Amino acid sequence: MIPAAFDYKRAGSSEEAVALIAEYGDEAKFLAGGHSLLPMMKLRLAVPTVLVDIGRVGDLSYIDDRDDHIAIGALATHRSLETSELLITECPILAHVASKVGDPQVRHRGTIGGSLAHSDPASDLPAAVLALGGSLMAQGPNGEREVQVSDFFTGYFESALSDDEMLTEIRMPKAPGDSWNYQKFNRRAQDWAIVGVAAVQVQGTTQVSLVNMGSTPLRAAAVEAALAGGASAVEAAEQAAEGTDAPTDLNASPEYRAHLARVLTRRALEAAGIS
Amino acid sequence: MEISVTVNNATRVTDVEPRSLLVYYLREELGLTGTNVGCDTSSCGACTVHVNGESVKACTMLAVQADGQEVTTIEGLAPSADQLHPMQESFREHHGLQCGYCTPGMVMAACSLLEENSAPTEAEVREGLEGNLCRCTGYHNIVKAVLACSGQDVS
Ligand SMILES: Cc1cc2nc3c(=O)[nH]c(=O)nc-3n(C[C@H](O)[C@H](O)[C@H](O)COP(=O)(O)OP(=O)(O)OC[C@H]3O[C@@H](n4cnc5c(N)ncnc54)[C@H](O)[C@@H]3O)c2cc1C
Ligand code: FES
Ligand code: FES
Repeated sequence: MIPAAFDYKRAGSSEEAVALIAEYGDEAKFLAGGHSLLPMMKLRLAVPTVLVDIGRVGDLSYIDDRDDHIAIGALATHRSLETSELLITECPILAHVASKVGDPQVRHRGTIGGSLAHSDPASDLPAAVLALGGSLMAQGPNGEREVQVSDFFTGYFESALSDDEMLTEIRMPKAPGDSWNYQKFNRRAQDWAIVGVAAVQVQGTTQVSLVNMGSTPLRAAAVEAALAGGASAVEAAEQAAEGTDAPTDLNASPEYRAHLARVLTRRALEAAGIS
Repeated sequence: MEISVTVNNATRVTDVEPRSLLVYYLREELGLTGTNVGCDTSSCGACTVHVNGESVKACTMLAVQADGQEVTTIEGLAPSADQLHPMQESFREHHGLQCGYCTPGMVMAACSLLEENSAPTEAEVREGLEGNLCRCTGYHNIVKAVLACSGQDVS
């Protein structure tokens, strides 16, 4: 399968990338690692007529310590997150979740920016980022703006980015220590989660998010409220499917997904030492 | 679009359509048919090559994305025409292949794995080859071959 024909433009900087997207309009798309976009183009699920390759915007692959938070360039690969000493020390859940994405080949090419912009509710990194909180930087024709992670995922494969905006930086709070866990439930190697749960303590508060339990990654608000109100992990986990809208597909019914969400939330909280 | 790619240590300058996938560029433009296409949907790993030393599925990358980069295919692995690369030798020694279709991709993925982790455990080898499917061997001898190649005792 070969994608339909398109024009290829390579951007040397984020400014140039945004200018190219503005020039070509609706039909143009950013190309980062290509590990969501190219499979979709091969299947004609996406048919952009112009690709703006941002893969060479080298100065956006950093993972930096900014005292009260960690700043990650949008083009940092899953592999670079997985192996980052800074993340392993200061935000270990993010390094771990990156190591659970697909397989090594996918992790060598896929980027955190591409994964977030793609906004697949079944993806791992969007849920990890949602559990951590923090913010994202987007660059558009009129300059840069900051979007809170809690406002970023707006719908099924939809984010708060407008078509002419490029995600440039991800700002994550530090969450060092052992109070975190990620449960990814799937039945085949290299597959997406049927359901996943990320639990992490950020500055003393337990934050929990769900993978593949609705049209976006979701915060398990009822679980968080129960924990804040003094409930045990076992009691709180019973609330995991509250307010979710789990999809149905070949792998699982909504009822089974709700069951998985409860069981995996309990396991995640217990493994994170939150009881 | 004209691209210049260093393939197996030789610079190749070729005119390609932007939509050409790296695997078809290697097979059809350069005649390097050692890299196989299995699924063509990013799942099986038969098309695995190295880009700048890291394993990549060549069916999920555009040739234009490889412009200016270094690509190594299975043809570029052996030190000479009459000598196998140690990983190839280990696959031969431990019967890590039957029909051989997955083998070029499996060997490339295995070399990349050992580059990142020189002494993996058996579980790490299995997880590290998660992106490569084999319909014949049942994986056991592939895992053995990779462990042996890393200098570990598999007897
Ligand atoms: C075999 C396989 C298995 C996988 N398994 C998993 C898995 O288990 N879990 C998982 O979470 N993911 C999985 N993935 C998806 C993978 O993580 C992708 O790499 C990732 O989702 C997209 O990142 P990318 O850099 O490849 O983006 P691309 O494919 O290049 O882009 C994806 C989308 O985001 C847009 N985009 C990219 N970067 C930006 C930016 N900086 N600003 C604005 N828009 C941008 C593009 O225009 C496009 O619409 C898998 C992929 C494959 C092929
Ligand atoms: S042919 Fe590329 S992964 Fe199967
Ligand atoms: S040896 Fe036949 S597919 Fe692996």
